[in-house]
Amino acid sequence: MERHAAAGAPCQPVAPVILSVEVRRKCFAQRSVLGPLDFTLGTGEILAIVGPSGCGKTTLLRIVGGLDRAYDGDLVWGEPGPPRIGTVFQTPRLLPWRTVRQNLELARPSGSDPAVGDALLRTLGLWPDRDAYAAKLSVGMARRLAIARAFAIDPDLVLLDEPFVSLDEAMAAQARQVLLDAWRRRPISALLVTHDLEEAASLADRILLLSSSPARVIHTLTIPPDLRRAGGTAAAELAESLRRLPGDAHFFGGT
Amino acid sequence: MASGADKGSFGWLRVLSPLLLLVLWELAARLLDSRMLPPATAVFRALGEEIAAGPLPSDLAITLGRVAAAFTLSMLLGSALGLAMGRSRAVDHFFESWLTVLLNVPALVLIVLLYIWFGLTEVAAVAAVALNKLPATAVTIREGRRAVDPELLEMAESFRMTRWRALRHIVLPQLTPYVFAAARNGLSLIWKIVLVVELLGRSSGVGFRIQVYFQLFDVTRLLAYTLAFILVMQGFEWSVMQPLERHANRWRL
Repeated sequence: MERHAAAGAPCQPVAPVILSVEVRRKCFAQRSVLGPLDFTLGTGEILAIVGPSGCGKTTLLRIVGGLDRAYDGDLVWGEPGPPRIGTVFQTPRLLPWRTVRQNLELARPSGSDPAVGDALLRTLGLWPDRDAYAAKLSVGMARRLAIARAFAIDPDLVLLDEPFVSLDEAMAAQARQVLLDAWRRRPISALLVTHDLEEAASLADRILLLSSSPARVIHTLTIPPDLRRAGGTAAAELAESLRRLPGDAHFFGGT
Repeated sequence: MASGADKGSFGWLRVLSPLLLLVLWELAARLLDSRMLPPATAVFRALGEEIAAGPLPSDLAITLGRVAAAFTLSMLLGSALGLAMGRSRAVDHFFESWLTVLLNVPALVLIVLLYIWFGLTEVAAVAAVALNKLPATAVTIREGRRAVDPELLEMAESFRMTRWRALRHIVLPQLTPYVFAAARNGLSLIWKIVLVVELLGRSSGVGFRIQVYFQLFDVTRLLAYTLAFILVMQGFEWSVMQPLERHANRWRL
């Protein structure tokens, strides 16, 4: 089932593996929604998971995040064991009755250095509103705060579930930049669920294309090193090449 | 907001309506001219005398102390039980029948039983009141706990929040309306039961004093004590409950 990318680059990451996922089957009320599928994630690797809506991407992230344990399969963590995971959920999931700053601090172990959170708030343009209740934030600001929260805990792995939707293009670009900056400072591994092929192509080291439900991996594309995070044209071309894939992948066709 | 405008234009009704009630009372009493219904002015005069020279302040303080003890006890235990039942089906099923029993035992029976088992003591009195209120608190808080947003609890789990932190910052803020409902219902219920407890087995407090004036058929002083209690409870609502509620809801403004 797995096809190699046109460039013929190797599919396995070179860096040590932080996580191997094997989901044989995941059911909701007898109905299979996921699997069989398996993949690995390298340390410091950004892996984009792209698939049609409702194919089980979010369920897959929940399994990796330890929020869903009722599945048939295995999660195997690399050395030194389960990492610290920061999650950006599909909806911001903030505490509306706490301020922007409190939302950030409450996600971190007590006694953490507040400078880390403050720096993130500045980068994401939330600093002027740091003492506002999260209930008062616009949709875009709430989303940025959710992203800041995931990075504020100094994670080894971030799980991002459509983190940039409902941000305008400028804000989305800035938020992507935060992800890349954090990633460049330290090799954070990331699983990025998205429906946007350009976004996947512009951020990821590797892209998994999933089928419709029950999701299986129908294609893996390792982005050639010289094209990784190279910006505009390269990403658009990569996305285009994925859209031209035959068969099951046609549902990514659009523009 | 609509409710704010409403308050602004009709606020005077809240002042007018109790005044009207007082006037009606006064008129009716004067028309009837009976020992059974003294006029408002006489009751207020008696209230003043009882405060200045009588046992009212100390009786009121003693009763309020019992109300406070029973209220605190029933809120703490009832909330803890309600939280546990709202969280876990097993706990819920286990305690369901206990609650049903407690909810359906008449207040009077509980009071009499506790007096028989533990004597006419302060502990028995307070425990009887607290036990009467506890099941209703537990049921209210259980409903509140069930309504807590599971997505936020999941967020707490994924960020490895400690239990205490999740309780304080995620569960409790969402319980606020339920806690206030339980507290308000609790206070009004508790002070009524406290009077019965005092009447049956204590020789101090408002309930005891009411029994004395009942035997003397002194309706004026009966009403004076009642009035004192209503005023104190309303004062508590204004000075404690409402500011607390505003503070809890400040993020909504």
